[in-house]
Amino acid sequence: MPELIAKTALLGKKPVTFAGTTLAEGDAGPVASIALFPGQDKAAAKALKPLAFPAPNSFTESEAARLVWTGRDQAFLIGAEPPALGGIAAVTDQSGGWATLTLTGPMAVEALMRLVPLDLRATFAVGQAARAPLGHMQSILFRTAPDSFTLMVFRSMARTAWHEIEVALRSLAARAALA
Amino acid sequence: MRLTCPLCGPRDRREFYYYGHEDYLQRPGPDAGPEAWDDHLHLRDNIAGEVRDLWYHETGCAQWLVVTRNTVTHEILSTELVADRKKKGVRA
Amino acid sequence: MRILGKGQIDRNRPVSFRFDGKSYQGYQGDTVASALLANDVRLMGRSFKYHRPRGVLTAGSEEPNALLEVVGATNQTPNVRATMQEIFDGLNTQSQNRFPSLSFDFMGVNDLLSQFLSAGFYYKTFMWPRAFWEKLYEPVIRRAAGLGRLSGKHDEGHYEKAYAFCDLLVIGSGPAGLAAALTAARAGADVILAEEDRELGGRLLADEPDLDGAPARDWVSSTEAELRSLPNVRVMTRTTVTGAYDNGTFGALERVGLHTPARADLPRECFWRIAAKRAVLAAGALERPIAFPMNDRPGIMLAGAVRSYLNRWGVTAGKRVTIFANNDGARQTARQLMAAGVEVAAILDSRTDATAIEDCPVYLGARVTDTSGRLGLRSISGAHVGGNFQIETDCLAMSGGWNPTVNLTCHLNGRPRWNVDIAAFVPSEGVVPGLSVAGSANGDFTTHACLAAGQAAAIEALAEIGVTAAAVPLPRAEGVPYAIQPLWLVEGKGRAWLDFANDVTSKDVKLSAQEGFTSVEHMKRYTTQGMAPDQGKSSNVAALAVLADATGRGIPETGTTTYRPPFTPVSIAAMGAGGRAMGFAPQRFTTSDQASRDRHAPMIEAGLWYRPSYFPKPGEKTWRESCDREVNMVRSAVGVSDVSTLGKIDIQGKDAARFLDLVYTNTFSNLPIGRVRYGLMLREDGLVLDDGTTARLDENHFLMTTTTAAAGLVMRHLDFIHQTHCADWDLRLISVTESWAQFAVAGPKARALLNAVLDAPLGDFPFMACGETQVGGVKGRLFRISFSGEEGYEVAVPSRYGESLFRDLVAKAEAMGGGPYGMEALNVLRIEKGFITHAEIHGRTTAFDIGMEKMVSPKKDCIGKAMAARPGMVGEEREQLVGLRLAQETKAFGGAHLFTQGAEVERETSQGYVTSVCWSPMFGATLAMGFLKNGRARHGEKIRIVDHLRDLDLLAEVCDPVFHDPKGEKLRA
Repeated sequence: MPELIAKTALLGKKPVTFAGTTLAEGDAGPVASIALFPGQDKAAAKALKPLAFPAPNSFTESEAARLVWTGRDQAFLIGAEPPALGGIAAVTDQSGGWATLTLTGPMAVEALMRLVPLDLRATFAVGQAARAPLGHMQSILFRTAPDSFTLMVFRSMARTAWHEIEVALRSLAARAALA
Repeated sequence: MRLTCPLCGPRDRREFYYYGHEDYLQRPGPDAGPEAWDDHLHLRDNIAGEVRDLWYHETGCAQWLVVTRNTVTHEILSTELVADRKKKGVRA
Repeated sequence: MRILGKGQIDRNRPVSFRFDGKSYQGYQGDTVASALLANDVRLMGRSFKYHRPRGVLTAGSEEPNALLEVVGATNQTPNVRATMQEIFDGLNTQSQNRFPSLSFDFMGVNDLLSQFLSAGFYYKTFMWPRAFWEKLYEPVIRRAAGLGRLSGKHDEGHYEKAYAFCDLLVIGSGPAGLAAALTAARAGADVILAEEDRELGGRLLADEPDLDGAPARDWVSSTEAELRSLPNVRVMTRTTVTGAYDNGTFGALERVGLHTPARADLPRECFWRIAAKRAVLAAGALERPIAFPMNDRPGIMLAGAVRSYLNRWGVTAGKRVTIFANNDGARQTARQLMAAGVEVAAILDSRTDATAIEDCPVYLGARVTDTSGRLGLRSISGAHVGGNFQIETDCLAMSGGWNPTVNLTCHLNGRPRWNVDIAAFVPSEGVVPGLSVAGSANGDFTTHACLAAGQAAAIEALAEIGVTAAAVPLPRAEGVPYAIQPLWLVEGKGRAWLDFANDVTSKDVKLSAQEGFTSVEHMKRYTTQGMAPDQGKSSNVAALAVLADATGRGIPETGTTTYRPPFTPVSIAAMGAGGRAMGFAPQRFTTSDQASRDRHAPMIEAGLWYRPSYFPKPGEKTWRESCDREVNMVRSAVGVSDVSTLGKIDIQGKDAARFLDLVYTNTFSNLPIGRVRYGLMLREDGLVLDDGTTARLDENHFLMTTTTAAAGLVMRHLDFIHQTHCADWDLRLISVTESWAQFAVAGPKARALLNAVLDAPLGDFPFMACGETQVGGVKGRLFRISFSGEEGYEVAVPSRYGESLFRDLVAKAEAMGGGPYGMEALNVLRIEKGFITHAEIHGRTTAFDIGMEKMVSPKKDCIGKAMAARPGMVGEEREQLVGLRLAQETKAFGGAHLFTQGAEVERETSQGYVTSVCWSPMFGATLAMGFLKNGRARHGEKIRIVDHLRDLDLLAEVCDPVFHDPKGEKLRA
């Protein structure tokens, strides 16, 4: 009987730091999409406790898990196995389908604003989330701390996402060295 | 050009895929006849002024929107989710 | 020549740079233009058409003459304006459009031929013979006329793009822009101040008026310091706002690293996309030349530029300067030059009623009638009421008045209006929603008015977005009204240039009118006036004034041509920043990617995906050898292939089955749980959209597969159907393509291989069954489907286990005489079996064409059903899917056309075309698929295949597209 080894999309990739800002691969653990069936908001709220179903463009969190808004009546439960939601919501396993990157440091906002056409400055506060393009890729991103973002991209595109963010960081570091 | 997605907020036009006039929402019945179907799929007015057309928030929330805009002034007058129009299902 | 004590260059930091191979010295803060002038170099370029010697005309981005090539280690940038290129140690520049040298240019002969090179020359001359166009005319014209050259190599430079957002974008940092930015900044608004120059200040730097009784530079410095100290303000220097677009979007080009030696990772330029709630255009005004005979010699410059060089860089453009103007403003030039100790030979004022009181000779009602000096101005001839005169002079500072920089207000089709008082176009109000115009850009030509207007514009703009801004104290400034009397053209014998960049003279414009091109837009195209890099910044108004005169109309009736983005040239590299090499498109890698590369599989791009083409074994010399082996391996033993790239869509809800019945032509509501069915999907217009299998995992849970190519398209289509037609259904869709790694296991030994891998041996699992499975304790899914015609399975595990499972499957397959197979073998296997791909369902084929019309259920409606039945979509006249078989090996001939034997081979007689071709090792024949008119009735016929591209003319037998196992016995084994 084979023993299957689990791998993240960029396993073995060491974090890089430019201009005090670090890009690293994270491991989100279990990820499940929870898409509410019509009229099931209340039942879902009950079943998901203590997590509240997030408003658009935000996430809620408990000690163990985060619930990140990802679309109309849809959120990703990250970090915990989903509760039983039969008839309330369509639950699909998304674990491993997404590569998770974290970007932390003073240049995080500026680096992302070279790739994501959103205003990610202070108005995109901790607790905010967005579905937005990262370069040519679809992404889910959210702010976990004033200087820290988590980005999720399709697993197959992880190398490209890493490359693009690293280039943005390198450019910013070179700009800073010029000043 | 910028469009306000009712869910995601104001976004750059590049995030959206353009489809066409909202006529696409009025699907004829299966027996409506070739003229009605031809009209539904192919015949459009080329309006100088206010139009309502369909856009897909492709790199965002994957929702289809009805956008009311002015083709002369390029003003965006409103955006709404197609799914929120509470349309009854088609015959199926 | 450098003037001691003048200018803001850093004299403690000398900088050496090269121009045309010679080393020159300037100072930190110099541009190439200011440094060359300081070195008494006046000749900086050759003109576009006549190769006339040219010097610098301006001190800004509107420069039409002094265009250079900047030579870097890895790139060569042409058409760089010497006025914009800051010098740094090691900068290497060269003049362009000359041979062999700038001072001696063979093509200067064009100047002697100018009589023949008038407007419309190409249109009139290069008419015939037609064959000469490509061989003679085009190359000759290309060489003779033109701008700079590229290196011909890849530009290895790094470019960047970025997004920015703000409440208020202030464009320009002269008095109006600074006042606007300061007002908004103190109100706490989120402000971006964009300035094209390397320093803030605009004309305050060049003209040095007094503000609050002190030099303007003091106020500029203190304002800049305050702005830079505030967290709500971003000051962007070296940044040109190049275009205004819809809904408050602006494009801007930042010159990030062009003023320093290239260094790793430092972008050369950054293209910004700025979304601004409101914007204030404070881009100032551009001075315009006067068209007088022979007005293009090096040394003839704009008066404002002469002041700029004096005040900003401490440079005088000549030792003995003459002024020629039609307005008061130019008088300043004379006074400032004299104050700096430069001799002013005379002022020629075209007005008769202006004051003659100056510390130098003043000629009223005067004109320059001719000039001399081959490579630089030596003297001018003038005329005034008292008669003719001649002046020895090496610099002529001219001013024909000022044109407000209205360009951005025209980018959304706004038309500027004519203001008689200043004899210039000013912006029309409200033509760019959210953009207001202040200061000189709006025709206010005094410092006082600019400051006040900038402030007012900011207050008003912010009020519109709910931000209250208070007036801030502004410095006292002069408010002398601007007095001008239009003068566009001095008639005379010699040529009078209107457009220096395109070598257009007043004669060309008149000729255009004479030949019937009287509309300003026609004149522009006939003469090329206002085209190319400078976009007529200095020439447009004078040219249309001359046109107006020639056609007997007024200027407002004549109108102006449309100013389009970009305001200044933007390199394609900057706009496409990040789009080179890896940045061109995302690269998608499967979980088995490394395992495939470890086996030396060449990768092939399938959409964005990289998939293994074949897996070469030692001794195999061609891809065909590997491919043939892999095909035989699948047919005789077992093969493993990564099929994770196929789209996978998870569909759940009580209405899931109902939804599938709507989107597929065939019925899915009666599919039992644990079974898979092939489905055909149409577009609403009746043509085939995609095909694939859908598995029923549970009563209300389906898993749809799409082709790799159409995965995104199908998702969008399903979202559309769902949201438009059945949003209230109990239904949810989500892509799970990336969540599962899925491998095809195919061949007579497929079951044995699976039994070696799965935790429990496979029981009764018939063709088209599906269910849960377990591999090494990991839950997976198993489908019995086949794309090869052999007994086939697809096993799926969560993607994090994909690589591990692939390696294990391949290792075990090899032990059984099998192994991995790539895209080439996969393609051969499916052609042998007659399975279609998007080569066949390419967007023009119907269900009828591919022989699947029976799959369109008569019992229910589905997307595309109504239109699939319209006339012309079914019938003998349609090209129908057929197989083609040839005994011989030949080059692939996909795209070749089919002809009936004996018929003429021409487009009209084509009977169809070929879509897929392969060499089949199993049949020892070339097999193909294609579409043939009435093809299903023509099995057995010999058909001619003609491929003009590959020079093939073949004969093939038409047959059923299913070559291998037509009864499907192997599939069901």
